[in-house]
Amino acid sequence: MARVLLRRGSNALAARSISGAGARLEWRARRFCSDGVQERESMDYDVVIVGAGPAGLAAAIRLKQLCDREKRELSVCVVEKGAEVGSHILSGNVFEPRSLTELFPDWKKQGAPVEIPVSEDKFWLLSSKHAIPLPSPFRNHGNYVISLSQLVRWLGTKAEELGVEIYPGFSASEVLYDDNRVVGIATNDMGIAKNGCKKSTFQKGMELRGRLTLLAEGCRGYLSEEVIRKYQLRKQSGAQHQTYALGIKEVWEVEESKHRPGFVLHTVGWPLNTKTYGGSFLYHMANRQVAVGLVVALDYQNPYLSPYEEYQRFKQHPSIRPMLEGGKVVQYGARTLNEGGFQSIPKTVFPGGALIGCSAGFVNVPKIKGAHTAMKSGLLAAETAFEQLSKGSEPAKLDSYWERLQNSWIWDELNAARNIRPAFHYGLLPGLAVSAFEHYISKGKLPYTLKHGRPDHLSTEVSKKHKPIDYPKPDGVISFDLLTSLYRSNTNHEHDQPSHLLLRDPSIPEKVNLIDYAGLESRYCPARVYEYIPDENEKLTLQINAQNCLHCKACDIKDPPQNIKWTTPEGAGGPGYSIM
Amino acid sequence: MKVMVAVKRVVDYAVKVRIKADKSGVETSNTKMSMNPFCEIAVEEALRIKEAGRASEVVVVSMGGEQCVETIRTGLAMGADRGLHVITQDSSSLFPLAVAKLLQALVSSEQPRLLLLGKQAIDDDCNQTGQMVAGLLGWPQATFASKVSISDDKESVCVEREVDGGIETIQLQLPAVVTADLRLNTPRYATLPNIMKAKKKSIQRVTPEELNVVIGSDLEVLEVTEPPKRKAGVMVASVDELLDKLKNEARVF
Repeated sequence: MARVLLRRGSNALAARSISGAGARLEWRARRFCSDGVQERESMDYDVVIVGAGPAGLAAAIRLKQLCDREKRELSVCVVEKGAEVGSHILSGNVFEPRSLTELFPDWKKQGAPVEIPVSEDKFWLLSSKHAIPLPSPFRNHGNYVISLSQLVRWLGTKAEELGVEIYPGFSASEVLYDDNRVVGIATNDMGIAKNGCKKSTFQKGMELRGRLTLLAEGCRGYLSEEVIRKYQLRKQSGAQHQTYALGIKEVWEVEESKHRPGFVLHTVGWPLNTKTYGGSFLYHMANRQVAVGLVVALDYQNPYLSPYEEYQRFKQHPSIRPMLEGGKVVQYGARTLNEGGFQSIPKTVFPGGALIGCSAGFVNVPKIKGAHTAMKSGLLAAETAFEQLSKGSEPAKLDSYWERLQNSWIWDELNAARNIRPAFHYGLLPGLAVSAFEHYISKGKLPYTLKHGRPDHLSTEVSKKHKPIDYPKPDGVISFDLLTSLYRSNTNHEHDQPSHLLLRDPSIPEKVNLIDYAGLESRYCPARVYEYIPDENEKLTLQINAQNCLHCKACDIKDPPQNIKWTTPEGAGGPGYSIM
Repeated sequence: MKVMVAVKRVVDYAVKVRIKADKSGVETSNTKMSMNPFCEIAVEEALRIKEAGRASEVVVVSMGGEQCVETIRTGLAMGADRGLHVITQDSSSLFPLAVAKLLQALVSSEQPRLLLLGKQAIDDDCNQTGQMVAGLLGWPQATFASKVSISDDKESVCVEREVDGGIETIQLQLPAVVTADLRLNTPRYATLPNIMKAKKKSIQRVTPEELNVVIGSDLEVLEVTEPPKRKAGVMVASVDELLDKLKNEARVF
């Protein structure tokens, strides 16, 4: 696969930052008061897994299952930055149970919260007033409408039953290296004040050393991105850059008469224009709950676009509004997801460990499913890890995980779907045409591979070329202002800690983002972290409300000069999703 | 000297609570639960007393269903030595008087010299349990503590209380009941090594029957509703109109 071409017109700052080479500041957000003074405690495990999501837990469970079967003992530790397992999990979700069945053939009997089979599968093209039904490109028969957060919580209890040690509330903030090999991770120091000094509650971070380390941090994982850069994993596999979308979601509780369990709806078109890729979803879950959301690809060009406001106005569509009227919102949240598919898969193995799940990027974009491939990648990595650790050869190597991936159904699935998302680079109608062709006829078998366009952060055009969008005011019944929604995410962080959102150059937001892009981060952030406020001289300056952060990573992805860096805050902060 | 701390499992303070459809209570399924913040402060104070050499053992006790064990483990992970779980059918029927009676029974078998509690739970805001158990035990009580100092001879405790008029300082003979207020201390984080160690610490289970306490519901929850939505303000054109509205509509005077 050919490398991405840098388009002319990208500004100098952006070119430097995406080249990957050259000086890159190492971020050690929490080390200023604690460097060298106190030794960190360390614990040794056979396998350390970062992230208690579908991939991380599938890997942990599989390792323990193999231990039981082969009568071996391996110590497995999973560290998770959310306050509880499932707190940071957000997904549509129409679930393909394929990997769950591989993990637990009797998952139904074991009471997995996978209960509502898909009963209706609708696909509409929206204009501002109408909804035109199109044949559904999805084959969701046999799939289930679930809350992924709930399923992950269930997986967490199964993992603990099998002896996996899970530690929620601890952020893995540093990769530990020994002579170019990953030997584990270290958690954040806790109890550091906003000004960087130690508070009375200061606790030094801890090192969790593993013979093997699996990074399962989800999309745009903090440590995963560092490891991809360090070992040049995209170059190694000849992959293109990753592309992303931002998903904004609410779970509503609707009236009994409106509830149709298993009802699945996807829409394209309005409110997004033909140049902006994205679409909505509306899934009826159990307990009169309806998951509804909008996914907007982050290669959108208009800096005045606000994915949050687009989502709010989408709900007012005459065919959507009646489905929600009379109901109330239970939870709100947002998260970015991978859209790069096959073309963007980096080499998933590095010395000492591997990337699993969305940290590598296995979302099947046309199917809009990634949980099944994430879990499968966890299974494959676990099986490889078990084999290698049982052999006892040190240092253990996961190289055959990369081969297993390429021989698995993940590869077949993503390969077959590879040309669909890139086709939308040419617009909505060409995209629909190519995807129909690929989906029904060629199924990826023709020997061409469409390339992704520019990376998302280079896709935004300057604000001079666009006009502000006049979004409708929230009505407080169907649509809401952002802070009201944010309250429903249960997000919180210990306020007296350094901001976890770092600026490489603190002057860039006012010099570049505000002037060239009209301060776009104040519009795409679904948590109102970034605000331009007039200071005492009436000059607009950026204020970062880090406490609001939903850990979606949109800013890390979309910032045109790549000046904003998302780092891990103190553990247990962030959203509190329970049915997302 | 043994210190006993009573802790309660409540809906986490950052969660937006919802009412159950049948208005019987707050929705707790699929909701994050945590140790009551004031109880955390009480545990922290107990640990500090032990670290100052004034106590030999800190016992954490909680009452309710199976999930209370998680809350007790949090206390153990902070540094408490042992846990006690009074297991009941479900937590919703445990009103303060029942909790106080159970604590009275536990105190008579464990014989702590100091019983620490949070001043109130953030779910019901009762602010009663500490006071009731002191009454049942006949022990002196100091509520809303913002500072606690055990005397060198461990016979008395000096407590600064946050009261409406300011700070009241009182001295109590031990054994005594003290309830913790917000400014007493900042609870420590449970570190990973301590969480791991906590898994090995013992949690003893006991039933109300074994303690000879009958959990009666002397109170019955009739209905739980959301507070009324704030109505928009009304602009008045003159002071006369304001006085008229205050008198005839708001009935302030």
